Amino acid sequence: MRLSDRARDLPESGIRKFFELAEARDDVISLGVGEPDFSAPWAARTAAIDSLERGKTSYTSNRGMAPLRERIAVHHERYDQSYDPADEILVTTGASEAVDLALRALVDPGDTVAVHEPTYISYGPGIELAGGEQLTVPTRAEDDFALTRESLEAAGAAAADLLVLCYPNNPTGATMTEEEYAEVAAFCRDEDLRVIADEIYSALTYGADHASIATQPGMRERTVVVNGFSKAYAMTGLRLGYALGPADAVDAMNRIHQYTMLSAPTTPQYAAIEALDRCDEEVTEMVDEYNRRRRLVVSRFNEMGLDTFEPGGAFYAFPDCGGDDEVFAEELLEAQGVAVVPGSVFGEGGEGHLRVSYATSMRELKEATDRIATFVEERD
Amino acid sequence: MDAEREVLDVLARNAREDIDDIAAQTGLDAESVAEAIDALEADNVVHGYQAVVDWDRVDEGKIRAIVEINVELDRETGYEQVADQIAKFPAVDALHLVSGDYDFAVEVLGETMQDVSRFISEQVAPMPEVTQTVTHYIMETYKDGGIRFEDGDDDDRLSVSP
Repeated sequence: MRLSDRARDLPESGIRKFFELAEARDDVISLGVGEPDFSAPWAARTAAIDSLERGKTSYTSNRGMAPLRERIAVHHERYDQSYDPADEILVTTGASEAVDLALRALVDPGDTVAVHEPTYISYGPGIELAGGEQLTVPTRAEDDFALTRESLEAAGAAAADLLVLCYPNNPTGATMTEEEYAEVAAFCRDEDLRVIADEIYSALTYGADHASIATQPGMRERTVVVNGFSKAYAMTGLRLGYALGPADAVDAMNRIHQYTMLSAPTTPQYAAIEALDRCDEEVTEMVDEYNRRRRLVVSRFNEMGLDTFEPGGAFYAFPDCGGDDEVFAEELLEAQGVAVVPGSVFGEGGEGHLRVSYATSMRELKEATDRIATFVEERD
Repeated sequence: MDAEREVLDVLARNAREDIDDIAAQTGLDAESVAEAIDALEADNVVHGYQAVVDWDRVDEGKIRAIVEINVELDRETGYEQVADQIAKFPAVDALHLVSGDYDFAVEVLGETMQDVSRFISEQVAPMPEVTQTVTHYIMETYKDGGIRFEDGDDDDRLSVSP
């Protein structure tokens, strides 16, 4: 069939290749997984089952169930974010839909969208589908992959219309502090940039509370915050996310959403209400466990001579592999049966690094890091 | 969280963690971990380290039973004294004073079912304070020590994902 140019030109994700290589073997320990190894809290699962038993299988309001939006509003007070559930919150089918809607609602054809890299792989294609052009802003290992005003200026982001942020970051695990955001926020105000802030990993921070650019002075009105239930509540497959933003932006997103999605799936919305009401403790337990694994993984990589900065969030470490990351990852898989994702898959600035997911059991992490240490030793 | 609590959380999950790994996971140095373990042991917070065993998978494995015991106390005899008596039997694996319909919940480990019933009828039931025992043999164990007993892993996530 004849395909649209747009679809044909969309590049295949670099992740795909490693997925296929890893799938071809059955002895692989994978540190390449971008989702929690926990299941959703039982209470949330029960609420979903219960809603099905009660026959709650119809559409919900376009914006999402009112009780869910109210709870999301309350939940975000912990980040000092304040949004009106009536018209500043939109429940979406995963945070992915929220990112797509935000791009389509904010980008005109020909607009320039600045994206820091390395970062999650969806923004570039989303920008392209919205008719915009991506301007890449590489972040630097010496800044622990935080975004700085200097990097924005060097990349020419002053000319951009929009900035996409993803912190805590996939793939680096990097986080931003209030002070670092203050600098970026000043740049956005000075250069009149609007912001899409993907904060899907906000619940998974270690040692310091999550910070958001949306709480910087003058930023709330120019920022759409994206978040969701996938990472914090281990609900990736239930596909439920949301956007928070000024009423005009959320309204525009909702107009697209009502034609393309109608409403987010109903069953997960019941699960999400329960998650927000009763599952904080489970989240804390998961965060504590991630934190132990994070420390172990980071210390083991540094011990084996692969420099790794201390990531403040998400469930990724980003060791410097000291050479070609794709070759390293392929040879590691071949020699030791450990799958990691080359940093370059996540864009400029990721090369020479590996994304190591510690969303896997402590036992597997130890075995995998032992194997990587052997690989590094034999390679030298 | 204080150091001892952090170390305890790791040990409660896996008592075989070595000191360096505990240090790495908690962000403490090895010396502090060793001190914390010494303190936990000295304060009788940690009484020992055991394997979580699925006895059904061991040839000539063991039989387990949960025994409910009711007792009648008098002026001279309290729960502590009765507990001392019951705990001294090697067949008693665990002993708890519980709230509810009976007084003690006892986990008994034996080679055979006969062993266990003989132990209850000949050693426990005749104790003057014991008024009633109800024995529940464990037919199948699905989870113990926080660990689910099952084959292999059920990780059905994609092996590599964005």
